[in-house]
Amino acid sequence: MRFAVIVFPGSNCDTDLFRAIEEVLCEEVDYVSHHETNLENYDAVLLPGGFSYGDYLRSGAIASFSNIMPAIIDFAESGKPILGICNGFQVLLESGLLPGAMKRNEHLKFICQTTPLIVENNETAFTNQYRLQERINLPIAHAEGNYECDEGTLADLEKNHQVVFRYADNPNGSKGDIAGIVNERGNVLGMMPHPERAVEQLLGNDDGYKLFQSILVHWREQHAVTS
Amino acid sequence: MPLLLEPSPNEVKDKKLYAEMGLSDEEFNRIEELLGRTPNYTETGIFSVMWSEHCSYKKSKPLLSKFPTTSERVLQGPGEGAGIVDIGDELAVAFKIESHNHPSAIEPYQGAATGVGGILRDVFSMGAKPIALLNSLRFGELNHPRTKYLFEEVVAGIAGYGNCVGVPTVGGEIQFDDCYKGNPLVNAMCVGLIKHEDIQVGQAKGIGNTVMYIGSATGRDGIHGATFASEELTDNSAEDRPAVQVGDPFMEKLLIEASLEIVKCDALVGIQDMGAAGLTSSASEMASKAGTGIEMNLDLVPQRERDMTPYEMMLSESQERMLIVVEKGREQEIKDIVSKYDLEAVEVGQVIEEKQFRLLFKGEIVTDVPVDALAEDAPVYHMPSKKPEFNRVSQKLEFNDANDILEQLLQQPTIASKEWVYEQYDHQVQTNTVVKPGSDAAVLRVRGTDKAIAMTTDCNSRYLHLDPQQGGQIAVAEAARNLVASGAEPVAVTDCLNFGNPDKPEVFWMMEQATDGMAKACELLKTPVISGNVSLYNETNGTSVYPTPVIGMVGLVHDLKHITTQLAKEPGDAVYVIGETTEEIGGSEIQKLLSGQYEGNCPTIDLKTEQKHQQQLLQAIQAGVVASAHDVSEGGLAVALAEKVMTTPLGLTVDIDGEDAIELFSETQSRFVVTVQPELTDQFEQMVDAVRIGTVTNNGQMVIKFNNEKVVDRSIDDLTKLWKGAIPCLLKSKD
Repeated sequence: MRFAVIVFPGSNCDTDLFRAIEEVLCEEVDYVSHHETNLENYDAVLLPGGFSYGDYLRSGAIASFSNIMPAIIDFAESGKPILGICNGFQVLLESGLLPGAMKRNEHLKFICQTTPLIVENNETAFTNQYRLQERINLPIAHAEGNYECDEGTLADLEKNHQVVFRYADNPNGSKGDIAGIVNERGNVLGMMPHPERAVEQLLGNDDGYKLFQSILVHWREQHAVTS
Repeated sequence: MPLLLEPSPNEVKDKKLYAEMGLSDEEFNRIEELLGRTPNYTETGIFSVMWSEHCSYKKSKPLLSKFPTTSERVLQGPGEGAGIVDIGDELAVAFKIESHNHPSAIEPYQGAATGVGGILRDVFSMGAKPIALLNSLRFGELNHPRTKYLFEEVVAGIAGYGNCVGVPTVGGEIQFDDCYKGNPLVNAMCVGLIKHEDIQVGQAKGIGNTVMYIGSATGRDGIHGATFASEELTDNSAEDRPAVQVGDPFMEKLLIEASLEIVKCDALVGIQDMGAAGLTSSASEMASKAGTGIEMNLDLVPQRERDMTPYEMMLSESQERMLIVVEKGREQEIKDIVSKYDLEAVEVGQVIEEKQFRLLFKGEIVTDVPVDALAEDAPVYHMPSKKPEFNRVSQKLEFNDANDILEQLLQQPTIASKEWVYEQYDHQVQTNTVVKPGSDAAVLRVRGTDKAIAMTTDCNSRYLHLDPQQGGQIAVAEAARNLVASGAEPVAVTDCLNFGNPDKPEVFWMMEQATDGMAKACELLKTPVISGNVSLYNETNGTSVYPTPVIGMVGLVHDLKHITTQLAKEPGDAVYVIGETTEEIGGSEIQKLLSGQYEGNCPTIDLKTEQKHQQQLLQAIQAGVVASAHDVSEGGLAVALAEKVMTTPLGLTVDIDGEDAIELFSETQSRFVVTVQPELTDQFEQMVDAVRIGTVTNNGQMVIKFNNEKVVDRSIDDLTKLWKGAIPCLLKSKD
């Protein structure tokens, strides 16, 4: 399986994500610059955390207009998996691939801690290795992770089981305790927590490993069907 | 023509305009002698920043020469952007600490943020990839609105910059004392990782080579920052706000990536960041170190404001700028690299044979001075020193309930959990952080090896206030203790000497004594000083801060298996104390709590004993017989014991013998609290001189008996709540 890690100016979790795929999941992975316009050679696209374009204007706002975005939108339409983490989630919101927006954390401060999450949907390309309602711990590190949407959108998200991860102890004020959502089709996941920081016991936590494993398992299943 | 508005050389001299720039009459005369003429306005400005204490160390140099600076591991000692030590496997660690005190006192967010930016550039300009940031902060008591504001904004500034550039802020320390009320200390440290082959130096070698400028355009911000940093703060200092720079961490991130790619290109000859005194110091120091000269055309310098004068350009401290020297004819290679990061590299001058620092502006020579006059010929002062009077008497402290004292101590902001602070810092990005903030030292794995590096910042300035000689030794010893408790062999030191006005003989005496103590400890503990910074004039309206020579220390963990943390691990583990306890309360937290002041003698330290305890513990850790280790510092043994179990579901039952229960809170040096698995206690006792005082329990209670009498019995959960809640609670309170 071949992964693309998109690199925007100011991305800073690109290397962590790359290493999680290369060294821990042991799959092929490339950095793909925001200047590029083609993602045809990839099976999954990962949008890393960080501060794309310094988060000037709004988090993820400028990145959502970069050269690579049309290819990312095409990739989403093709049904292949896209995972946006932290700033990557913000880019997905800004580009309209996922509904809603991010506000500043309720307490207006950056927060870096490990926080408990509940897996609310384990039938996605990203969570099939978790148990339903499994409680996992993942690191968060953001100043703008306070998810906001209108009531209609929230109702739709709940009805369609698009809420994939929920905070067990809401750290930022997110509506519905939302930590991660998928699009209706289920192939685009945006999440504030950082699974790529939790793939090795040496660093104290490997709860994020199953997320990457899920993407691989899903791809293998798809691949077995099509070939 | 803006130049016409500048004062003439004669006006600079007659109206003593140099005095406003921080030069004394003698210094101005000396410049005239060196030049054989009167300097013009721009030249005077250039001399004033290069001869400021911040750049020239003119008043601290004689003290700095006492420090040991070499060892088998030292690859680069003081004098470059950062010092470098070998860690084996063709890898090395570059690190340095630097102050940004004065800017932070005036504009705390930007002051702290640009402090982080500056120290990062010092490290990556050596060719090293920044892998960790630490800091050391001092504020007044948290009961004053201005102090709360400074504290919150400094933390936000560090977070804002460090989080964005993607370098984890993994450690630090904070003390709160009244003496820092008007003059907080903000020291930032950066640690970088580098392959031996990539080590760079800031030298302008090769006549005819091209000088190039990379990064943000130059503006009028930060003009005379280095001079500002070399003066006392007064009530009018807010008027100096234009001397504070504004940071752009996004630009810094691009600059880091571009610079680390440039250093791999053999067209590069030298690289240096534009820090204090900006373009002036970077260019002149690079030429001086190489024994060459530099000629620059200021019309080519990227500018973000109109009609900037040579004076303004040369003294600007605009952030996120680098100066490099490139082999002539290969400029395009550099331009190609930086354009990948949406940056530009601009040719601004060349290396010349004549050892002159020559600047052209609109076709005219506006500066033409000997390079060495700027970088080497700054005066060196041997300041008069005088021992101040010390009150060696301290009042006897008494208390009834040790439970109450322990609870109150855990809520003292200096002891209280700093979670409120470090949760605002991204301490995990780059995914190397094995031991996160909150333990004795931060520990980061070194990818591709089985090694890790540990790092810490330390300085208990209350001890220095009472006895700078002992306090200086303790600062170094405590830093080493934190590393050893984490399983690391201490290897080298970077220091940030924060003192008051050195023109006062009493202040200078404190500096002499403190550096003397530090030098002794560094010598014995084999931790040479490889880089550092001096910040003087930390005074507000004439009152000096406590002597605060902050020690940043880095240690090598030889095997990942040696990494040790402070928290107790399993019920049933034995609890030991290494080091004897005596009643030493001068400068302690309990003294402050019960008497409201620091007085008497600070704890004494015997460096030989210190060394023995550290060596024994490290050997035991490396032999795998230690479950957890923690140094005993502020608040003494009782606080150290609580810190071993707070946030865990465990408890502790210990029985301590002594003369007086106040010994539970004594701050005697050279002590550790250690836990050991029951089956390893024999082996541990053979290796380490330690006293078994009790056992880790699973009942969630902290029980301390003193001479068989139960003096502390508290729930760990309750203690944890008090300890964690103290700082958020102080910040919310309305006083």
